[in-house]
Amino acid sequence: MTDFVAAFGWLFDPVNWAGPGGIPARTGEHIVYTLLTLLLAGAIALPIGFLIGHTGRLRGLAIGVSGALRALPTLGLVVYLALIMANISIVPPLIALTILAIPPLLAGAYSGLESVNRSTIDAARAVGMTEWQIFAKVELPLSLPLVIGGLRSGALQVIATWTVAAILPVGGLGRFLFDGLAVQNYPEMLGGSIIVVLLALVSDGLFALTQKLVVPRGVVAGKVGAEEAKEPTRAFGITVPGRQTL
Amino acid sequence: MNFLLSNLGQVWALTISHVWLSAIPIVVGFAVSLPIGWVANRYKVSRPVLLTIGGILYAIPSLPLFFAMPALIGTKILDPVNVVVALSIYAVALLVRTTADALASVPGDVVQSATAIGFSSWRRFWTVELPLAGPVLLAGLRVVSVSTVSLVSVGALLGVPNLGQLFTDGLNRSYPEEVAVGIILIMVVALVFDLVLVLLGRLLLPWSRLDSSTRRIRRSATMKAVTGA
Repeated sequence: MTDFVAAFGWLFDPVNWAGPGGIPARTGEHIVYTLLTLLLAGAIALPIGFLIGHTGRLRGLAIGVSGALRALPTLGLVVYLALIMANISIVPPLIALTILAIPPLLAGAYSGLESVNRSTIDAARAVGMTEWQIFAKVELPLSLPLVIGGLRSGALQVIATWTVAAILPVGGLGRFLFDGLAVQNYPEMLGGSIIVVLLALVSDGLFALTQKLVVPRGVVAGKVGAEEAKEPTRAFGITVPGRQTL
Repeated sequence: MNFLLSNLGQVWALTISHVWLSAIPIVVGFAVSLPIGWVANRYKVSRPVLLTIGGILYAIPSLPLFFAMPALIGTKILDPVNVVVALSIYAVALLVRTTADALASVPGDVVQSATAIGFSSWRRFWTVELPLAGPVLLAGLRVVSVSTVSLVSVGALLGVPNLGQLFTDGLNRSYPEEVAVGIILIMVVALVFDLVLVLLGRLLLPWSRLDSSTRRIRRSATMKAVTGA
């Protein structure tokens, strides 16, 4: 408990709130880095994911590449790129983190499109929509919750990894952890950790909210009936737990 | 590969320690998440509550959690226990959802049949529900195994010896080859863990390869684990 008291002492010390190395500045850096990474990863992963989801081709390849990328240790990739590029700016970690943010975004995009009911797509095609219209007006709105789910877990991963990337001389909240560790200042390490955790939770909460908000109105309306139809099966008065959540 | 050849002994020791630091959280995570996942699936109220807690725990970034461990459980910052406990928490957080989904994927008719021929709920769980939930559980375990093996390396930043030390050491010495060896070995460890899990699945769940509906549910469980949706 005393550790947390000391950490909160550090957190609320006005000295730590001022200047380019202060808490607001570091938090700002962390958020900017994270958004930049998501933007880059999204520009690469989302079009590819949509294409795979829409055409249904190359899915195996995407799953394989995503799996292999997930096994890639983040810290190693960050350090390796920094060393071979002989560059201590944010560029090497930015590249590493963009690569690592691709799998969740890609998975969200193609599994989102795949989750759309085939007969809905066939109906759209039957009423004469072009492929682009089917994608933009049918598939995309219906898949948005999953696409944003991909962004959500990508964002968490990116926030976490920018903390680790502070092993290099870059800014962001990881600075507090590494600088504190270097001088064995545990309140600073713990205080910095608390801010990163809060940032991650806020980001996760915002994305979760967005996921709920982007569900098209028609789907929400349709869901009520669907829920009723899925009442747990009761035969002879026995409630079967397995059926409740299918 | 000069680095690897001239430091074989040290790299081997780091690999062994890496394997242990990864294996314990995976096993602990599985054992702990089983009862919690069962409760989550069994009662209507507990499911959203437990899954939300799991989701929040899983959202906590790894390095800050490692750093917070001494304050939470009273260890020293260099203690490997920090990494093991923190990674076990992640494993549980992820597997609770998988276990709940896996148990929910067991066909209700089968559960009813087991009840009808007189299985107690204890025996029904171990001999009917758990084996049938196996393929989906396995999919979740594979996701946990890959991410745990990769996350252990972050523990090297706190001075816990494992293959991640090749990253910190390689950075200090500006030696990219050492870092590359670390990356490759960690991916090899992850691959071996995955193969072991797949093999265990073939041995213990020989029926799982036949059924296409479990394959679909299993894939969606992996997706959920990845996208958190």
